[in-house]
Amino acid sequence: MTRVGFVVANLFRRRVRTTLTLLSVVMAFLLFGLLQSVDTIFSSGADFVGATRLFVQARVSFTVALPVSMVPKLEAIPGVTRVAYQQWFGGVWQTNTPLIMFALDPQRYHDVYPEWTMPEQQWQAFEHTRTGMIVGRQLAEQYGWKLGQKVPISSQIWPQKNGSKAWQFDLVGIFDGKDEEWQKRTNLAFIQQDYFDEANQFGMKGRTNFFILKLAPGADAEAISKTVDAMFENSPDETKTQTEKDFNISFVKQIGDIGLIVRWILFAVFFTLLLVVGNTMAQSVRERIPELAVLKTLGFTDGSVFGFVLAEAFTLVLAGGLTGMVLASLAGALVEQATGGQFLLQLNGTVWLLGVIAIVLMSLAVGLLPALRARRLEIVDALAGR
Amino acid sequence: MSEPMVQVHNVTKVYERGKQKVEVLHGLTLDIPKGDFVALMGPSGSGKTTLLNLIGGLDKPTSGEITVGGNRIDQLGSGQLARWRAHNVGFVFQFYNLMPVLSAEGNVELPLLLTRLSAAQRRKNVAVALEVVGLADRAKHKPRELSGGQEQRVAIARALVSDPQLLVCDEPTGDLDRKTADEILGLLQVLNREHGKTIVIVTHDPKAAEFARRTLHLEKGQLLEQAA
Repeated sequence: MTRVGFVVANLFRRRVRTTLTLLSVVMAFLLFGLLQSVDTIFSSGADFVGATRLFVQARVSFTVALPVSMVPKLEAIPGVTRVAYQQWFGGVWQTNTPLIMFALDPQRYHDVYPEWTMPEQQWQAFEHTRTGMIVGRQLAEQYGWKLGQKVPISSQIWPQKNGSKAWQFDLVGIFDGKDEEWQKRTNLAFIQQDYFDEANQFGMKGRTNFFILKLAPGADAEAISKTVDAMFENSPDETKTQTEKDFNISFVKQIGDIGLIVRWILFAVFFTLLLVVGNTMAQSVRERIPELAVLKTLGFTDGSVFGFVLAEAFTLVLAGGLTGMVLASLAGALVEQATGGQFLLQLNGTVWLLGVIAIVLMSLAVGLLPALRARRLEIVDALAGR
Repeated sequence: MSEPMVQVHNVTKVYERGKQKVEVLHGLTLDIPKGDFVALMGPSGSGKTTLLNLIGGLDKPTSGEITVGGNRIDQLGSGQLARWRAHNVGFVFQFYNLMPVLSAEGNVELPLLLTRLSAAQRRKNVAVALEVVGLADRAKHKPRELSGGQEQRVAIARALVSDPQLLVCDEPTGDLDRKTADEILGLLQVLNREHGKTIVIVTHDPKAAEFARRTLHLEKGQLLEQAA
């Protein structure tokens, strides 16, 4: 037997209680790992390395539309080979199933996104059918849509000229992804920008939410991004240019200050954990006061007994914490796989470091008071049950 | 048997219970030679356990001197006293006070974690101690799997394992039936006579006291007589 063995043996004197406490620590650190990764993603700076496309939106918000007339200027920038643009439609299928649906220029979009695979004649049909719509394979399968079908879709935002938000489109194409990663993203729907421009009541003609710049191979994405933003600085349509990945992140950020939300959730989780584990440790020490007194009787110093109790708290939180972090890593990898690499929920070094710091602080928070109580224990009083 | 093991000189012990001060021992003086087996008897509240705690270094006197094995233990600090206990005294309690999460051998090995012995040496010493108390075949059993008498034997093995010269036993048979109690007291007698351990036990039981070489009676914190 070793001192470590003794600590572990004491920890599992009440197996059910320790197991349940351990599970709560595991869950807390699983959440910590995942949420901290989310926070890291949202807090991280722009990464232009390897970017093949850039997104240009209004500097204030992508909900502020930019004029399509910017296209020639953007296409004239060295390193930009083609420009597409997309307008959020806010489509709703049936009563309340929101769709990720954009109005766009079919030909330009086709050029900029070669990752979508669809028969050329369907691209042609999309380009030449004003009420045409193309949807991703997943979406078509999910709702059982067939080519040639008229699909009624309402918009959360845009009424038609007659005031009705109920639109109807002709399904002229179903696209898929070129590989597994892109196939996972086929939950999108696209309609014609020209038709949208003419038919919507708000007269949004000639404006769009954002541009997508396709870059030449080896083009300096960061330099192009700066060039674009400098080009429209101090104009009525100031821009913010970022990579596709950063754009997707900022899109999610619209729901609020993710960092703040994450921090509040983690605060609530760890505060609850503090109460649960702290109570377990306090109870564990309280019910074996005589045993701790016997340890002192045998010659273990006050410091040793203090160390034993603190080590129990540390072992419990460490075991649960590391398990939780490992599970978070696995869950993160699954999320990353499921989103085709769009949401890189990886537990990087920073998250692990924060996890270790949280483990140490949590151990001290839950173990210090019971350990001090064990340290202060007077042998004679404890043995006499006083 | 003339060399002193325990020397208690003019010891007073006062406990503070809230605002009340209770003087439990009043200027008590006592010598216990090496190799002696002493039974401390007396009514409840007479100070037997208090005296035993002081001799065992579990508590410190309010005044007076206590020397055990040549060490003035009343002058030692808390940490020093703990280390002194680890090497010089073994304790046996009425309710055994074994660690329920450890096996018999784990309980016996516990005091050896305070030594520099290797794991192999510790295992060897544990085996010897369990052999001495006749429980070698129960080494892997947890306390809840043992009878009261067996638990007390494990406690005695734990007290013996670091080879202290002094054993202090507080009502070691108080929780046992007569037959088992006699076996335990017989074991203590063997440890005293054959292994030369100095033993001090506190007991209410006159039959238990008969196993000792001599019996000391305490009453109201003072030594009354010394019976042969």
